[in-house]
Amino acid sequence: MPMKACNYNDARRGFLKKSAAMAALYLTPTTLVKAFAVDAFVPTPIAKEKLTITINGKLLHLEIDARSTILNLLREELAFTGTKKGCEMGQCGACTIHINGKRTKSCMQLAVANQNNNITTIEGLSTTEQLHPMQAAFLKHDAFQCGYCTSGQIMSAVACVREGQAKTRDSIKAFMDTNICRCGAYQNIVDAIEEVAKTGTKI
Amino acid sequence: MNTNNMNTIFWEDERVDGADKVTGKAKYTAEHSLPNLAYAVFVTSNIAKGNIKNLDVSKALAMPGVLDVIYYANCPAVPGYSTNSVERPKNVSEWRGHKVLYDNKVRFFGQPIALIVADSFENANAAVRFVKPDYETESFETNFDKARLDAANLKSPFNYKRGAGITKTIAANVDAEFNIPIEVHNPMELQATIAYWEAEDKLLLYDKTQGPKSTQSVVARTFGLPEKNVRVIAENVGGAFGSSLRSWSNVPAACIAAKKLNRPVKLVLTRPQMFSLIGYRPQSWQKVNIAADAEGNFLSINHEAISNTSRYEDFREGIVDVSKFLYACDNVTTKYSLLPLDLSTPIWMRGPGEATGCFALESAIDELSYKLKIDPIALRIKNFTTINPENKLPFSDNNLKACYDYGKEKIGWKNRPIVPGTLKENGWLIGYGMAVGVFGAGKGSASVRVVLSNDGKLLLECAVSDMGPGTTTSMTKIAAEAMQMPIGKIKFKLGDSDLPPGPSQGGSGTTSTVGSAVDLACKTVQQKLKELAIQFASSFAGLTADLMDVKNEMVVLKTDTTKNIDIIGLLKLANQEKIDLIINSSGKTPEQLKFTSNSFSAHFVKVAVNAKDGKIKILEVVTTGDAGKIISPKTARSQMLGGVVGGIGMALSEKLELDHSTGQIMNASFGAYHVPLHSQIPKTDAWFVNKPDMNMNDIGAKGIGEIALIGFAAAIANAVYNATGKRVRDLPITPDKLGFKVAKA
Repeated sequence: MPMKACNYNDARRGFLKKSAAMAALYLTPTTLVKAFAVDAFVPTPIAKEKLTITINGKLLHLEIDARSTILNLLREELAFTGTKKGCEMGQCGACTIHINGKRTKSCMQLAVANQNNNITTIEGLSTTEQLHPMQAAFLKHDAFQCGYCTSGQIMSAVACVREGQAKTRDSIKAFMDTNICRCGAYQNIVDAIEEVAKTGTKI
Repeated sequence: MNTNNMNTIFWEDERVDGADKVTGKAKYTAEHSLPNLAYAVFVTSNIAKGNIKNLDVSKALAMPGVLDVIYYANCPAVPGYSTNSVERPKNVSEWRGHKVLYDNKVRFFGQPIALIVADSFENANAAVRFVKPDYETESFETNFDKARLDAANLKSPFNYKRGAGITKTIAANVDAEFNIPIEVHNPMELQATIAYWEAEDKLLLYDKTQGPKSTQSVVARTFGLPEKNVRVIAENVGGAFGSSLRSWSNVPAACIAAKKLNRPVKLVLTRPQMFSLIGYRPQSWQKVNIAADAEGNFLSINHEAISNTSRYEDFREGIVDVSKFLYACDNVTTKYSLLPLDLSTPIWMRGPGEATGCFALESAIDELSYKLKIDPIALRIKNFTTINPENKLPFSDNNLKACYDYGKEKIGWKNRPIVPGTLKENGWLIGYGMAVGVFGAGKGSASVRVVLSNDGKLLLECAVSDMGPGTTTSMTKIAAEAMQMPIGKIKFKLGDSDLPPGPSQGGSGTTSTVGSAVDLACKTVQQKLKELAIQFASSFAGLTADLMDVKNEMVVLKTDTTKNIDIIGLLKLANQEKIDLIINSSGKTPEQLKFTSNSFSAHFVKVAVNAKDGKIKILEVVTTGDAGKIISPKTARSQMLGGVVGGIGMALSEKLELDHSTGQIMNASFGAYHVPLHSQIPKTDAWFVNKPDMNMNDIGAKGIGEIALIGFAAAIANAVYNATGKRVRDLPITPDKLGFKVAKA
């Protein structure tokens, strides 16, 4: 996309985009959006940014709104609605995904900061027709009720086992404290994780 | 896991919709996509009360992608917003609650004052801060503790009195006050609406609601549409706990915007808005006075309560009701008043008023037990009643004693110190506590469509919703048992107002109400099958239906099951593609109305309180429920576990903090409003009496959702007292209230 003539605000935005992207983990999206123009009134159209990203094994070349978080990109643009929006402040864990294999709260990540990154969402967790062992364990142990925090819980749970944090119930709980379940399925979630960890299967 | 006598005839144990939820396929309100969808966000007030003199929307309107900024000056007329009952058409009722985008009045901090609609979520959000209000502020009051002291601020007292007064000698008496702060439901799914006018007078809504029919009716009456022209879809509901029992401002706002822009509009609240725009458990003050004789017989109970409401609506719940009927007592008086504040309107939150009332009553009974030197369980058994003392009707069933027996044994009640504060292990004070919960068990009317096709599959439909308890699963199980056929061949469809009418999911009534309709629908289908067999199957010719059974997908002769015909074969023989019926199930029968029905729970807790800093740890929980027959053991157990988690939050950490100088909520986020997390949840044993209550309905099942939480906070408070000798009557129970100095971070 051709760039527009550069005025002060555009240049400022360009700068802030880069620094904001680096600060993405620490700032809320609201703060980020504010950071793009502070108090400046910017009625000019927002330029789209190019993004190359792999989502659930599929390489995508996208043009996206630079302000979009990965969460909103997934849910609003790409129809991957399995990843949930619960707070947009990095406090509830409902939006947990894996970026390059590491669990990450997708509401805290600007999409443009993820050039060439490899994203796995709940939809891509199982690479076969079968449920992923963690999904099956959640089902077996009734580790959810309304199901809204479930995608995030499962993505965190997989990371918990992969990172060797599922050795005791207490260590599972400590690792999973990032993910709120308001229905209160906590005990069943820990049961599910413990069972998967005990099988020793590589997940 | 609970191993008591569960019905094990079923084939599958998991939630029937579970696979969709663990794979992310289940779609919630905001996840539905429509072509040309526009995104709306609320701009909210930053004063608590006053008028908007001027709202400058010009800059916001000029922002990229912004399609409109809707506010009081440009909002299209909404028929139900009219306060003039004469002017309103017959099919229009006045919108209850805050009329969003209607006038320039601000009634509470965080009230929506404008709606920005844009072509993307990012563009809508970016414009929010360019809406500039110019306010004329008015004085306001958000301080419950202060305002309740002036009787002139109180309104609408409800009084109740029975009994001629105490004639026996009072041996002990408890007179105590209890305070519960505002608590917020905070379901994980954000409140959301997608509105789309498919035609001038035809509206499609995807809405997060506990009642598709209720939303349909409210929206139809607000916009002056025939009900059939409003379709409300709520396929999956991501938790609600009461917060989606009514339509809030997001519903008319989305409808207004979609109409004005003539395209579908999606409005999703933010987490901070979830604290101020969709209700909360009201703040309450209670005073309980119980007098007893030396044997522990309750001589009188006086229960007084005040809870807050908004300035523009009265909200009242059953806070003092438990004191009227849970225990045998001749003399009972209750009084309940409302205190209007400049806040938004509260709404029922899980265990609604009963959870509030039981905290006070069950704490006071515990306190009384120490004064009388009677074990708290023995004291409750002493005042146990099989007759509801309020309406004098017998309870359809009351198995609290079985709950006591199980809980006492499992928690290790024998280890409970008789003198509080005397059991110490490794620097922790150990204590045991218990408390009771109770909630009315209703049965209302519902309609169910049942379709048995000639491929042997059974479809049931009802316009209820499932916010998490597992309604789809339990309805499927009820059908499986009634039809004696595998769960895998049954599908229960809900969450769409186009389906036959069912109740809102609330007040622990879904299983009883819709389950009774499902049961009746299946029995009616069986009757039809028997009639078809008599008419078309030669081996049944001349027989009568009472000699036949329908089971294992066959019509069989009771006395000789080798005489049978399979359902598929029978429908083909009768040349019928399907049996397709709509069955209406009514409320309680005259026979069922001879009883009063309740679900009961008893919660047992073992806590440890750090002797140095007062940190409270829940070590173990045993929670027991008396809810008639347990239809779906796995999901029922999950509901009890969830009630424990909610109860721990209520008891130990949840409190909405208001800045009374501005009226602003100070902790409107998960970071600052503390709901329980994984590491705060102890090992929990959930157990059910699991005895069908056949006086209540034909399926013998009562509700679980409310009793799972009701009483739990008192069980913790009682255990903390037993551990420390300190009685905390103000929730949440924190170390400072136990007299410990809290280190500053």
